[in-house]
Amino acid sequence: MNPAINLVDVTAGYESTVVFSNLSLKIHAGQFAGIVGPTGCGKTTLLKTILGTQTVFSGKVFLNKRPVNEVCGRKIGYVPQLESVDWSFPVTVEEVIMMGLYTNKRLLPWKSKEEREQIYDLAEKLGIYNCLHQHIAHTSGGQRQRAFLARALINNPQLLVLDEPTSGVDIKTQHEVLHLLGDINSQGMTILLTTHDLNAVASHLPWVICFNHGVVAEGRPGDIFTNEILGKTYGSDIIIIKHGDYYLIANSTPLKLNHDP
Amino acid sequence: MQFFLEPLNYAFFRHGLLAAAMVGALCGLIGVHVVLRGMSYVGHGLSHAAFGGAVIGFVFNFNFYVGAGAMGLVAALLINQMTKNKNIKSDAAIGIVTTAMFALGVAIISQQRSLNRSLDSVLFGNILGITDFDLILIGLVTALTMTMMFFMYRPLLFSTFDNEAAQIFGIKTEVVQLLFALLLTLSIIISMNIVGVTMIAATLIIPAMTTRMMTDSFSAMQLYSVAVGALIGIGGMYFSYAFNIASGATIVLFGALIFCFAVLIRHVREKRMLQVNMHRHGNLIHSHPRDNRHRTRIDADGTPTKNE
Repeated sequence: MNPAINLVDVTAGYESTVVFSNLSLKIHAGQFAGIVGPTGCGKTTLLKTILGTQTVFSGKVFLNKRPVNEVCGRKIGYVPQLESVDWSFPVTVEEVIMMGLYTNKRLLPWKSKEEREQIYDLAEKLGIYNCLHQHIAHTSGGQRQRAFLARALINNPQLLVLDEPTSGVDIKTQHEVLHLLGDINSQGMTILLTTHDLNAVASHLPWVICFNHGVVAEGRPGDIFTNEILGKTYGSDIIIIKHGDYYLIANSTPLKLNHDP
Repeated sequence: MQFFLEPLNYAFFRHGLLAAAMVGALCGLIGVHVVLRGMSYVGHGLSHAAFGGAVIGFVFNFNFYVGAGAMGLVAALLINQMTKNKNIKSDAAIGIVTTAMFALGVAIISQQRSLNRSLDSVLFGNILGITDFDLILIGLVTALTMTMMFFMYRPLLFSTFDNEAAQIFGIKTEVVQLLFALLLTLSIIISMNIVGVTMIAATLIIPAMTTRMMTDSFSAMQLYSVAVGALIGIGGMYFSYAFNIASGATIVLFGALIFCFAVLIRHVREKRMLQVNMHRHGNLIHSHPRDNRHRTRIDADGTPTKNE
């Protein structure tokens, strides 16, 4: 199978700090994968390496067989962490989506007729048509996530990368976003995301990479969500409750309620 | 009408008015990016660095704009270079570079006391002493900056909003930042003779912040800020003439007044919207700020009534 992302012996980090070394990882075209791991394990550094914005000390990063620095930005869709967005910035939902088109050759500030149709079509598909002219801060968590998703998708990228799309939103929105990503993936787009939410991964993602300064394990959630692997990834005990085909992952022993007076 | 027409009989006023309008519009436009990039301190700092250059220019007898421009540009590049080192934050880099350059100017003045009078205009502005050459230069820089900003609108907006994402999407953010730093430096140098080093930061920030109170759209903010900047420049000139107060100071004070007015209007508008949107969910009476979905008024007896 053709790898959409191929990291060969990559060592990356910041100035004199190495975050991970000699990492080799392949994400196949059309895959829907999630990276999980504790805070500070290098998930974001790994994403930035794949996106070509991280200092790589050695090794090579390929996107669709081409070195990442030669890949046109329009082939990659990126959704940042919502928590990193400046919500006081004066932009409407429509202006946010339009940023995805700013790599077009067009020099005029306003949108062309084709661009307008592209924005309106995508906004309608993602269910944010009615809030296009609202300030981005005056929308719900789900609408914000969809606005940034629309910005990433508007150029029909081959690869979609999302940094913590499930953080900072409620459970209902988490499910909506992950289902939406599943639908997009079913149309052939490769999707890679990072998350802290193991339960969301277990119930929605077909492929998981457990990461802690290197790949601890990768595979289907059912195969790799074991006490041993998750304990090794997070460095602490993780409780896994299995009920039929469903998993519930807890990060500590649940409290036993004492009903006796 | 006499208030507006009478000062126009004087050539110095006509020149000053034109310069104030152009500089106001220019600073209004570039100030939007300065404010949104969190660079308000840069305008203040660069003008101080340029002052050092202006002093060197006077001492070595070359044009004011050459000395101030060269020093401003060197300062902008140095700050840009220093902030690449993650241990030096931008505010610290600005503080070190620009204050050192300003101190150099002050040190030179202390040795050459004859310079004091000629440099007053750089420190406090001298809009009424504007020459035809100054006007042409201001016009050229305004036209160049506006044209560049027009064609750079898309990459500038994206990199101002989210520099990292812009880079990932394929925008050459380093080139955008360098061009912006160049335009900012040019705008500051050209505005120094109007409002002076000490008040230039306000000329950059006030129109942008005033329009931020008026709109939530970036494109509208840019357009309004140009208009508000020009209006503040023109209004400030007329009040300066009417009350016989220094022009630079009057422009800044008039701008501050307009800003207060904009804050007040926004406050009243938001308060009114809160009242209009007040509604009830069971026992809970609450409101959604800036939300038109629930147009319901709560009467004195607690009954919700639909607004028209």
